[in-house]
Amino acid sequence: MKDLTLGTLIAVWEEMFGRGIFWAMVAVAAIITALYLYVLIRDRQMSMRKFLLAQLSMPVGAVAAVGFVLAVTSSRLSDMGGPIDIIMLMGIAAAGAVGFAILVYVAQSLVRGKQD
Amino acid sequence: MSALTGLAATRRGFLGLAAGSAALAATGGRAQAQRVRTSARIAILGAGAGGTAIANRLANRLEGATITIIDGRQQHWYQPGFTLIAAGLKSASYSISQTADWLPEGVEWISEYAAALDPVSNRITTTGGRIVDYDYLIVATGLSLDWDAIEGFSLDMVGQNGLSAHYAGPEYAELSWRALDRFTDTGGVGLFGRPATEMKCAGAPLKITFLAEDIANRKGTRASTQIIYNAHAQSLFGVPIVHHRVRQLFDERGIEKRYDHVLKAVDMQRRVATYATPTGDVLTEYDFLNVIPPQRAPQVIRDTDLGWADRWQDQGWIEVDRETLRHIRYPNIFGVGDINGVPKGKTAASAKFHQPVVEDHLVSEIQGREGTERFNGYTSCPMITRIGRAMLIEFDYNDNLTPSFPGIIAPLEELWISWLMKEIALKPTYNAMLRGLA
Repeated sequence: MKDLTLGTLIAVWEEMFGRGIFWAMVAVAAIITALYLYVLIRDRQMSMRKFLLAQLSMPVGAVAAVGFVLAVTSSRLSDMGGPIDIIMLMGIAAAGAVGFAILVYVAQSLVRGKQD
Repeated sequence: MSALTGLAATRRGFLGLAAGSAALAATGGRAQAQRVRTSARIAILGAGAGGTAIANRLANRLEGATITIIDGRQQHWYQPGFTLIAAGLKSASYSISQTADWLPEGVEWISEYAAALDPVSNRITTTGGRIVDYDYLIVATGLSLDWDAIEGFSLDMVGQNGLSAHYAGPEYAELSWRALDRFTDTGGVGLFGRPATEMKCAGAPLKITFLAEDIANRKGTRASTQIIYNAHAQSLFGVPIVHHRVRQLFDERGIEKRYDHVLKAVDMQRRVATYATPTGDVLTEYDFLNVIPPQRAPQVIRDTDLGWADRWQDQGWIEVDRETLRHIRYPNIFGVGDINGVPKGKTAASAKFHQPVVEDHLVSEIQGREGTERFNGYTSCPMITRIGRAMLIEFDYNDNLTPSFPGIIAPLEELWISWLMKEIALKPTYNAMLRGLA
């Protein structure tokens, strides 16, 4: 790859997951993000109670994301070989944590409605 | 899934993505090059990685051209996956797809092999007797594995009696895993090595050696296992700094090495391998033997005068300019991939970097101007050192390391992130290349 372009990256992602699944994933991520913005606007505030549960669920998302990546790549935690590996691992954990927290917050907001 | 999406990237794009969109912003989107009208007849010999990718690129780039691709093989093989199959990490199906699935509309695929090529009259004759006349030819045949050069060897025996030959194809790679699996269950003497000719993916013999050691270690049979790597010359790898690093890792892990040992014969029943050495033949009994044979240009190419007159005479790689990949004596012929007679890089990574160069020079020629792209010998070898770790080694003609992420991913360090690239990102990147998109 001489040039990194968005078009190239999208082509690679499409090959990685299959075109249908990739765009379905993009759509799901977009919908959850849109729903998050929707409940924030609807409620006109962040609910600290929902946010607390969302925060408490973050480790679940982090562990799940790391576990998933290790499983699909035949890897173990002992394979971490340098700082970049730890940074990568933390990035995966952080992405899993944040993604899952948003999902939990949105789910609560949609199921329970505006409570407090 | 966003975490996994974050991993998904091209070799060059990987970290740029992980770091955010800065790299994207910096490089920007590549504008679609304008299509060029032409009535040129372009023949592509070979529908492997290089031939398929250039067919897609030219089909996108040219309008009105007659593009014909000639290859009798129905299956397309993702060869970088063979090592993973031979180590029991993937099944044979991981590397198998259909040639037809990758070829673009508007390109005629002749599902026959070339029987003869006449570069003077610009004519190819296929095994079915079809005649293909061309204005431009792209030679992308790949190479031939000369199994017959190993006396006593038969592919029929792969997977049995400790015999492994994962270069032969996905099914043979899977059979090879059965042999390796049994060997690492019980221990014994394992022999590895490489041929003395140029070869595709010169890192692969080292990878399977590292993996065998790792698997024996995981199974608890390492103490009863002797692993010997037979180097064809006085080094383990053509790039000196990589040789020293591999030697260091071999020493640390108790992998023995023998220099100037070239496998020439095998007694598959008695399990004895014969190596040619400067001091005469050496016979070694084994419990496991990985055979990688000498490699040459396919016969149809060797029957022409496309090869170099003064080098690789026994192998027949074609005489192309190492920077433009254009044939030195036949300017309407270009080479893509393993067939090129250039100092380094019979890898998919090189085949990928050949693409924009050949596309540029061919399209420029059609437009009546001179191409400007140059190939610097770039190749890449994700050197797997154990399941879960690899070294992302990239280098050029001058034995310079050319890391895509200097200061971030150290090329000579065993890293998980480099393994992730091999395991997750490489095949999608390869597939995108086949489609002419990467």
